[in-house]
Amino acid sequence: MAKKVALMQGNEACAHGAVYAGCNFFGGYPITPSTEVAEVLANELPKVGGKFIQMEDEIGAMAAVIGAALTGAKALTATSGPGVSLKQELIGYACIAETPCVIVNVMRGGPSTGMPTGPGQSDVMQARWGTHGDHAAIALVPASCQEIFSETVRAFNLAEKFRMPVQVLFDEIVGHMRERVEFPEPGELEVIDRAPVTVSPAEYKPYDASKGDVPPLAAFGSGYKFHVTGLNKAADGFPTTKAELVDAEERRQISKVMDRADEIEKNEEYQTQDAEVVIWAYGSTARSARYAVNELRKAGVKAGLFRPLTLWPFPEKRTAALAQQAKAIVVAEMNLGQMIYEVERVAKGACNVAGVFRVDGEPINPGQIMDKVKEVL
Amino acid sequence: MAYDYEKSIRPGKLPHIWCPGCGHGIVMKGLIRAMDACNLDRAKTSIVSGIGCASRLPGYMDACTLHTAHGRAAAFATGVKLANPEMTVIVCGGDGDGTAIGGNHFIHACRRNIDMTYVIMNNYIYGMTGGQFSPCTPTGHKASTTPYGNPDPIFDISKLAIGAGATFVARTTAFHATQIDKLIAEGIKHKGMAVIEVLDDCPTTYGRRNKFRSVVDMMKRLKDIAVPVQAAAKMTAEQLEGKVLTGVLYKEDKPEYCEMYQKVIERAQGAKS
Repeated sequence: MAKKVALMQGNEACAHGAVYAGCNFFGGYPITPSTEVAEVLANELPKVGGKFIQMEDEIGAMAAVIGAALTGAKALTATSGPGVSLKQELIGYACIAETPCVIVNVMRGGPSTGMPTGPGQSDVMQARWGTHGDHAAIALVPASCQEIFSETVRAFNLAEKFRMPVQVLFDEIVGHMRERVEFPEPGELEVIDRAPVTVSPAEYKPYDASKGDVPPLAAFGSGYKFHVTGLNKAADGFPTTKAELVDAEERRQISKVMDRADEIEKNEEYQTQDAEVVIWAYGSTARSARYAVNELRKAGVKAGLFRPLTLWPFPEKRTAALAQQAKAIVVAEMNLGQMIYEVERVAKGACNVAGVFRVDGEPINPGQIMDKVKEVL
Repeated sequence: MAYDYEKSIRPGKLPHIWCPGCGHGIVMKGLIRAMDACNLDRAKTSIVSGIGCASRLPGYMDACTLHTAHGRAAAFATGVKLANPEMTVIVCGGDGDGTAIGGNHFIHACRRNIDMTYVIMNNYIYGMTGGQFSPCTPTGHKASTTPYGNPDPIFDISKLAIGAGATFVARTTAFHATQIDKLIAEGIKHKGMAVIEVLDDCPTTYGRRNKFRSVVDMMKRLKDIAVPVQAAAKMTAEQLEGKVLTGVLYKEDKPEYCEMYQKVIERAQGAKS
């Protein structure tokens, strides 16, 4: 039988990807340009026995998602920049309480209300450092509708595997662009479920890392009674201020991600093998960059594209290697310079790093990138 | 034989953090008796709170306990209940947590009439942060942030809950210890949003600043201002001046949120409506 194929928006593909991953709870609050994610899930989730709730505000939506996740649900929220800002405290709660959940951020421009219907890529640092305190972050940046489907599935997998919130960031262009999306068959994409608890309720400790840095999370209502808090806590989940316990917990929650960054990292490289100039771009901007690479190659310029699909943890090794290889890296992003600082950090002066930025609500076009490449070479 | 509260308390978690004379311990004992009266399976009971003195209560209780962020308890609890309607969900917290920072979640949980029991301990103050005024600090009274007397009008939590759509609303005080468990139990048994307001005392950060010379004075005030709702029906407006009605203030049968959503699922799955 032929696969189901549909012409749909990135936002719609995100919702269908979530259902494929086993999402059975959505808590949200309407905000442009993310609303289609909620609208499709309001339609789809009850068909599979899942729950959709439109909460009273962004914070409530994030709270409901965490509450649902603690009962064992695969829970999602979708929002845009200002909504993510409101959710930040509770994203931090999900980090410290190690609650798997997915946050989709369809990025728009500007600080504050900015341009609700204009695209932006200005939440990439918010995804890393938005919430307070030290924590690890995982953020994925798909660039096409098909990829939004598969990366949403991967986000749920990473959330369950690492027991933490995972963010999927795509700009308004990809969110509202319509493309052909092929629905994978069941089993075609890997779907990871929460690790089962193997000890008895009496022995269970929700943060006992003695058998691995991601302790299994029992579900409320499944026979396990335990305590969850946003306070620094010991292995049993109860608050502690003991310096050595607090320090160990904080470090474990960061190292569980950073020690296995290779498992999380996913990039695409195009014509980078002999590239003298590497365009470093993500999301819809990478599509312009790919076009620019083709044009530059036709003109005899050895250009290549590095496109991270995992923005956090930052793709340090490949970026550093490309900085060693190339004469210049051109970072193109729809903000006034955010990821460029990370590229500069790992390039350590090995090559010239230049930026192409835009915040006027228009996409970065290939011509702009080509001009910058010619300027730096 | 004395009531065995300890079987409901997690081993090793006492003593609690509450100050001597604070009524929160009385409410916790009431909650334990209520849970026993309802014969709750603690592994299927989630006790959810926000931040503040009262919000530390779940940590002591042997159940699926969830201590969340400031003001967000009702929203977390909504996620727990909707995702797993088999759970009995009890929210507990203070007046500032529930009606200031958490006011939006509180009124919308009432509006949805989701099946949970919200025990709100109204001690008129932010205790844990050191006695700043809350939306329930009486006008004119002193707090660390109202040194010249509080200019703000107050919320009547029970009226707020009724107005927002809660279908079971009751009020009592920390003095009326034997009524606390009865009202909470009735709230737990009620299908829908139940709000039990317990007027409480904070001798340390509220009483001290407002000329209550002792905890006994504070308890005496709770005793004096409380008028059972049945008795109030026979009293004049003058007689009721400065008094607070106690008992079951409102009760109504209305469709519950998770049941309503189950009908959504049935419609989506093609069942005849």
